[in-house]
Amino acid sequence: MSEAQSVPGRRRFLVGATVTIGAVGVAAIGTPFVLSMLPSARARAAGGPVEADFSKIEPGMMITQEWRGQPIWLVNRTPEMMAQLAKNAGLLSDPDSSDSEQPEYCKNINRATTEHPNLFVAVGICTHLGCSPVDKMKVGEGSGMGSDWPGGFFCPCHGSKYDMSGRVFKGMPAPLNLRIPPYSFLSNARLLVGSDKKGA
Amino acid sequence: MNTSSWKKWMTRWISGLLLVVAGSVALANQGGVKLDHAPIDPSDKASLQRGAQHFMNYCLTCHGAQYVRFDLLTRIGLTEDQVKKNLILTDAKIADYMTVVLNPKDAKAWFGVPPPDLSVEARVRGADWLYTYLRSFYRDDQRDSGWNNLVFRQVAMPHVLYELQGEQDIKAEEGKPGEHHVATLVLTKPGKLSPKEYDQFTADLVNYLVFMAEPDQQTRIRIGYGVMVFLALAFVITRALKHEYWKDIH
Amino acid sequence: MKATSRLLGWIDARFPLTSVWKEHLSEYYAPKNFNFWYYFGSLAMLVLVIQIVTGIFLTMNYKPDARFAFASVEYIMRDVDYGWLIRYMHSTGASMFFVVVYLHMMRGLMYGSYRKPRELIWILGMAIYLCLMAEAFFGYLLPWGQMSYWGAQVIVSLVDAISPPVALWIRGDYVIGDATLNRFFAFHVIALPLVLVMLVFMHIVALHEVGSNNPDGIEIKEKKDPVTGIPLDGIPFHPYYTVKDIMGVVGFLAVYFGIIFFAPEMGGYFLEDNNFIPADPLKTPLHISPVWYFTPFYAILRAIPQKQLGVLAMGVAVVIFFLLPWLDRGLVKSIRYRGNLFKVALGLFVLAFLILGYMGTQDPSLWYVNPVSRVCALVYFGFFVLMPIYTRLDKTKPVPGRVV
Repeated sequence: MSEAQSVPGRRRFLVGATVTIGAVGVAAIGTPFVLSMLPSARARAAGGPVEADFSKIEPGMMITQEWRGQPIWLVNRTPEMMAQLAKNAGLLSDPDSSDSEQPEYCKNINRATTEHPNLFVAVGICTHLGCSPVDKMKVGEGSGMGSDWPGGFFCPCHGSKYDMSGRVFKGMPAPLNLRIPPYSFLSNARLLVGSDKKGA
Repeated sequence: MNTSSWKKWMTRWISGLLLVVAGSVALANQGGVKLDHAPIDPSDKASLQRGAQHFMNYCLTCHGAQYVRFDLLTRIGLTEDQVKKNLILTDAKIADYMTVVLNPKDAKAWFGVPPPDLSVEARVRGADWLYTYLRSFYRDDQRDSGWNNLVFRQVAMPHVLYELQGEQDIKAEEGKPGEHHVATLVLTKPGKLSPKEYDQFTADLVNYLVFMAEPDQQTRIRIGYGVMVFLALAFVITRALKHEYWKDIH
Repeated sequence: MKATSRLLGWIDARFPLTSVWKEHLSEYYAPKNFNFWYYFGSLAMLVLVIQIVTGIFLTMNYKPDARFAFASVEYIMRDVDYGWLIRYMHSTGASMFFVVVYLHMMRGLMYGSYRKPRELIWILGMAIYLCLMAEAFFGYLLPWGQMSYWGAQVIVSLVDAISPPVALWIRGDYVIGDATLNRFFAFHVIALPLVLVMLVFMHIVALHEVGSNNPDGIEIKEKKDPVTGIPLDGIPFHPYYTVKDIMGVVGFLAVYFGIIFFAPEMGGYFLEDNNFIPADPLKTPLHISPVWYFTPFYAILRAIPQKQLGVLAMGVAVVIFFLLPWLDRGLVKSIRYRGNLFKVALGLFVLAFLILGYMGTQDPSLWYVNPVSRVCALVYFGFFVLMPIYTRLDKTKPVPGRVV
């Protein structure tokens, strides 16, 4: 009854074939189970681009929209705020946004498009541990951030500070500048968050 | 057994016997009507698109499909833009559910029953039933709506598609139980479509309803063939392995 | 190679891995004459594993709330990637569990696997069967369709016929409602599966203690090799029955996936048409019947005009199986060596069970349904009640000492 009595080659081959096809089978049936845990069609549909009207935002004000369950900030920056951006460079850990995540067309000092450079669109989630920072847009004491505060955003969880284009200050717990989502303009009043292509 | 249940039992026996004599036991479920086979092809994208259009035009005002989003229509060969332009007749967004326009309370007041949600209706009724039902409305003055249906007696829904099909009358004396229903309905006033065109119209609509009830049906069957081939191969190998070992025993 | 054997040694010093492997697989000696009927035990275990795994994944998206339950099932069917496959695997698995278990029980009846010394295996097996029925009943409410709702309503009404306060306690409401759904969910996904797994474990431990029966009903442990102590008609479970069972598993999967991919509703028997309508407490569907695996007992219930007696008869019809080891007075175990009396009795019983199953799906207002059910119920109970008599009178054949 020992295995040596039979043809060992054939037996070994058949064991190998069975193990192989069994492994393929287990992988094949395991795949749909793993895939079922990805975002569902409903979540993907809800994650589609979101339209927003930015024409009603007064200079120096911001509104918050939701996209994929995350807060999206739309800030209409004043010329003073824009002017301040260049002066911040020395205070920032990544003034050129070379490490952070943003569309190519927003990789500039304004971190905005050239069409509407004053409009700042960003994912309002701190890059440290995912809290949502609060706006401290007034310069100096008005924001309660000290007299030398250049205006920006402050994360209440661990104290990370960002400037008016979402760039993180030096020595903060947050490692990166705020994320900029892909967006495009449908008209002079409406934009589409989540899509680069117009009208898509 | 007490007397009342004996009585009940006897009545059942007798009424049951009568039913058998009438020869319509098997047909009792469909109001005595033999169902026509629905000529649908779930792989025909053009038919599904026409059916979706009919559904949006004629059904969705009263019936919802609350488990279905408009983006489902991108799976029958339409782009999001096409869906938005041609198939969404309200201000709904593409990721919205096909909820009913009609207020359920109004619906109950008008029809007596709220129109059922159609998301999975094709799995409740079956394609043949829907296909026959939509072609079996006839004029009936006894009814408030003015309509009755051979497949669904005393149905609450009026004949929404009468402009297309025209009007049918019933010829009761010709309608023997179990007989094909078309013989008992006569077109008295032609509609915009010829009978053949109307059959195609309903077939497309039913095709869409079947798709909507189980969107992954075609995927399921396609994967199924692959799985069967794989298991056949696995059976050949494992059977050979079993025989190889069992040579020791026999 | 050396590293693996060192690792094995390390484990064996701390956990009886090798000895468990030997005792239950490579040196567990099973009779060499197992036939087709002996696949269903291992297949039942396979289905249990499938149900647990698919159940876990369904739980990730299912919502046990009367407002959302139906919609969450549709969500699984439409929006979750491959959710339809997981759901069909679970719904088909439920029915296949009963197919496999009924065939497994049939095997026991034919070859006398419940006879001494295997009474406890049989009792544990019946406990598994009861547990499985409860599991199926609780699970069937979860899709919250019309059949789910009214099926639960009818079964709980049976309890109501015996004791209204108990029925109220089971429902947690005056009708089947959100509270009922929520607790049925708890029983279905955690309480009963735990009991089920434990019972299956005990069933196998008991089996491996006394050893497997076989189609000849011969105790192979009575004839051992004087030198090695191995039963002469035994072969090691591994590799012989592992390779055989693997083949059986592939065959079973072909049937199982054939249903899943090509006929998941199985003509309305595995998934009923009316269950695609959300539960409506104000409107009963025209024709309701339980799922096919309960219909034999449901037919017995309906066949008896008095409600309490009907419930009692239905309960007895299930529980009477427990007594089988003591009702059977035959001299032999296997049907192969039994006389005609037992063969006819078993044949009639199987026939009655199948006809009852069919009648349970039929509309009771059809004239033949209840009369035929009554006759079959008589045969059903007669099989058990008369068993001590006909098995003793039966002319049995001599049983050979060895498996031929």
